[in-house]
Amino acid sequence: MDVTQSPVAPPLTALRQRHLLGIADLSPEEIVLVLDTAEAMKEVGRRTIKKVPTLRGRTVINLFFEPSTRTRTSFEIAEKRLSADTLNVAIASSSVVKGETLVDTAMNLEAMSPSMIVLRHASSGACHLLARICKAAIVNAGDGMHEHPTQALLDAFTIRERKGRIKGLKVAIVGDLLHSRVLRSNVLLLTKLGAEVWVCAPATLIPPGLQQMGVRVTTRVDEAVEGADVIMMLRMQLERMQGGYFPSLREYFTTFGMTEARVARAKSDVIIMHPGPINRGVEIASEVADGAASVILDQVANGVAVRMAVLYLLAGGSENETVT
Amino acid sequence: MKRLLRGGRVVDPANGKDGIFDVLIDGDRIESVGTNLTADGAEIVDVPAGFIVCPGFIDMHVHLREPGQEHKETVATGVASAVAGGFTAVACMPNTKPVNDNAGVTQLILQKAAEAGLARVYPIGAVSRGQKGEELADIAELKAAGCVAVTDDGLPVATAILARRALEYTSMFNMPMIEHCEDQSLKGDGVAHEGPVAASLGLRGIPGVAEAITAGRDILLAEMTGGHVHIAHMSAWTTIEAVRQGKSRGIKVTCEVCPHHFTLTDDLLAEPVAYDTNAKMNPPLREARDRDAMIAGIVDGTVDAISTDHAPHHYDEKNVEFDRAPFGIVGLETAVSITLDKLVHTGLINLSRMVELMSVNPAKILHVPGGSLAPGGPADITILAPDLQVTVDKTKLVSKSKNTPYHGWSFKGGVAATIVGGKVAYANPATGLLR
Amino acid sequence: MPVVMDAERISRALTRIAHEILEHNRGLSNLALVGVRSRGVPIAQRIAEDLRKISGEEVSVGALDITLYRDDLMGASVGITPLVRKTEIPFSIDGRTIVLVDDVLYTGRTTRAALDALTDFGRPKSIQLVTLVDRGHRELPIKADYVGKNVPTSRHESVQVKLRELDGVDEVLLQGKE
Repeated sequence: MDVTQSPVAPPLTALRQRHLLGIADLSPEEIVLVLDTAEAMKEVGRRTIKKVPTLRGRTVINLFFEPSTRTRTSFEIAEKRLSADTLNVAIASSSVVKGETLVDTAMNLEAMSPSMIVLRHASSGACHLLARICKAAIVNAGDGMHEHPTQALLDAFTIRERKGRIKGLKVAIVGDLLHSRVLRSNVLLLTKLGAEVWVCAPATLIPPGLQQMGVRVTTRVDEAVEGADVIMMLRMQLERMQGGYFPSLREYFTTFGMTEARVARAKSDVIIMHPGPINRGVEIASEVADGAASVILDQVANGVAVRMAVLYLLAGGSENETVT
Repeated sequence: MKRLLRGGRVVDPANGKDGIFDVLIDGDRIESVGTNLTADGAEIVDVPAGFIVCPGFIDMHVHLREPGQEHKETVATGVASAVAGGFTAVACMPNTKPVNDNAGVTQLILQKAAEAGLARVYPIGAVSRGQKGEELADIAELKAAGCVAVTDDGLPVATAILARRALEYTSMFNMPMIEHCEDQSLKGDGVAHEGPVAASLGLRGIPGVAEAITAGRDILLAEMTGGHVHIAHMSAWTTIEAVRQGKSRGIKVTCEVCPHHFTLTDDLLAEPVAYDTNAKMNPPLREARDRDAMIAGIVDGTVDAISTDHAPHHYDEKNVEFDRAPFGIVGLETAVSITLDKLVHTGLINLSRMVELMSVNPAKILHVPGGSLAPGGPADITILAPDLQVTVDKTKLVSKSKNTPYHGWSFKGGVAATIVGGKVAYANPATGLLR
Repeated sequence: MPVVMDAERISRALTRIAHEILEHNRGLSNLALVGVRSRGVPIAQRIAEDLRKISGEEVSVGALDITLYRDDLMGASVGITPLVRKTEIPFSIDGRTIVLVDDVLYTGRTTRAALDALTDFGRPKSIQLVTLVDRGHRELPIKADYVGKNVPTSRHESVQVKLRELDGVDEVLLQGKE
């Protein structure tokens, strides 16, 4: 066991922004800081007593307007491991329709002085709205079709863990690019860290201006996965069928589904990723999802460590900063 | 009671005038326009050097919200906002609650306008009953009650067949059919212009061609029927191409552009305030290419009018997530400053063209009096202070609502005074004229 | 800047401490060293090396990061978050004598944090503390069992420990604050 460390401490030890609204606001150095901090947090998860007192006495509210078991429990475990007091507020969309707005809900919660609010909402920009009116630090757990920054961070952590780096890797992202917030966050992060990103979807699901984000766009999945180091599948939301974006799930699977044959075109040590939940037989074949190259479960495990890192880095900021 | 406006620069393109003239007002009419006019017993007003005396501006696209949504605006507050913005008349849209598809609502609006006694109000009636897009409304009744045009604004006329019928029908009454061009199937649940900005912000998009497709439909129907279609609030370069083509074929198509579509782009959705609902309106802010196409159309004459699509919304309604905020911004009190600063002072157009866009053509399109300072005509006069420094302060807007994207912006040019029917409806304290 | 300890003095102090550990614990059975990051770690390794030379026995060495246990972290007006590093203690500490190793003992708060952290890892039989330099000004009732050198300081001064593994040179400097 080697206990020596590198002699020069990195200059950056905190995030510049009060909130984590998106990868768009993070510099490459800040992203690396989160990943490095997550390494230490991951070790906490291997102890018998998986707890450190760092956020003791701080209240963190998980305000989820969209149902989510995976992300919410991941945040909750992360918060508890840091000894924070956690509060889960799950809002069925109907109660919002009934009258209490996001703004009102948030302001009512603010009155109880939480340190942080973790928000998941169906509207893009919902976290920006809260950041303007709340004193608490806002963590974006997914806003509409816009960003899901902690997902991209845990994806990057997983890639770095398996491949040792992100720069120069060929990453293929396949799936519903148009509606995916995971896509936007991942594209931003991977390009900031110097990966070669290819995105692939049926033409009906490609948002305009994607090339401007520095990625190669193709409708041919074989081209996307050729020689790839990482294949990242996005969830095909079954309700897209109603929008007429493609004729049938069967056709989607034949043309874009990640099968073992397609995976074989990538590098031999390719890793397969998916933010979950998986639609087996739609975007990904079961053999691929469960195969040796799949790191899908690692992503879930790493989610806690990465979220601990984010909460830690945001909480360490000065409490006296005013909201701009 | 006579009033003599002496020595101002009169810009009256309908009568071929641009020069220093006196304007003599008698009661609610213009008596004469000339040099060295005298009138015994008239109140003499010396127009300061550099001020411009024009026929009163007419905003042909305004939402006054009454009846039914008086928390946003009323006829009274709306016309007060209009005169503060230099408008002597406004044409108001029928998407009230209830919809203006009958004489009763039209009469209510006219009555409220008369009580306020500020800007003239020309109601626009609905094309279809309840604006449901199924059957024609009683258009003859609407005309008789005082409507000057019909529209289903907020929505396009739902089907080609209904648009055809409306164009045929309105042609009998010499009324334009005003169209909010937007193919609803392409619009879907879009909230912003479909482009790279919306894509990166994760907002559902409305492509520019959604507007052009409906415009194309209506222009061809206008050709076929001989009716007059007026394209409201144009925003896309593809639309203006269609209008240009239609005009070249002699089709009765006219069009208007709002100041935000010739000054702003969808970048405003991202910065300085991300997801700013004061940048959300329909049609949405589009890309530079679209904005530049609007300017080009204004310069080359394709665009007939500048209107505001003044759409007041209460603060609480706009202080929500972007998806849920209603579309619309106010515009009556900023249009003149924006036009002077961004079009006239930049040399893109001259003052005569500005008066054409904001007075002559709206009057022509709606077949209402005004648009010129001819003797015997109504004494509706807008006096501009083209060098006045104006900074927009939304808290000081006369309108009941404050949803403007221009808060804090500075412009060179403003309104000095607004005279309606010979009466001073508004005098800007910053210029001191006519106070 | 006055050099309070040069390389030779550091080396002799650590060797002496190794002897003291052996003597105090009557051997090395069930004993392990845990260095407090960052500079406590190479010091612990050198002591382990000295112990091996003296006794012929291998002693386990772990590395403890106490950042997450500090009491001055959250709510600090300065707002600088220290970088968190991994703790690596690849052995059980239950029932063992753990010798914590740090470079400077000052207020005692770092040691308190280290004690809290260790307790989360298990239940040692006892905990002892090695410090290369004790500069006084304790704010908590903490005492070192083994001290390399006592360096009386004023609060305006600071003690800088440099180690060749991290800084390329072995020396302890006393720096007056401007």
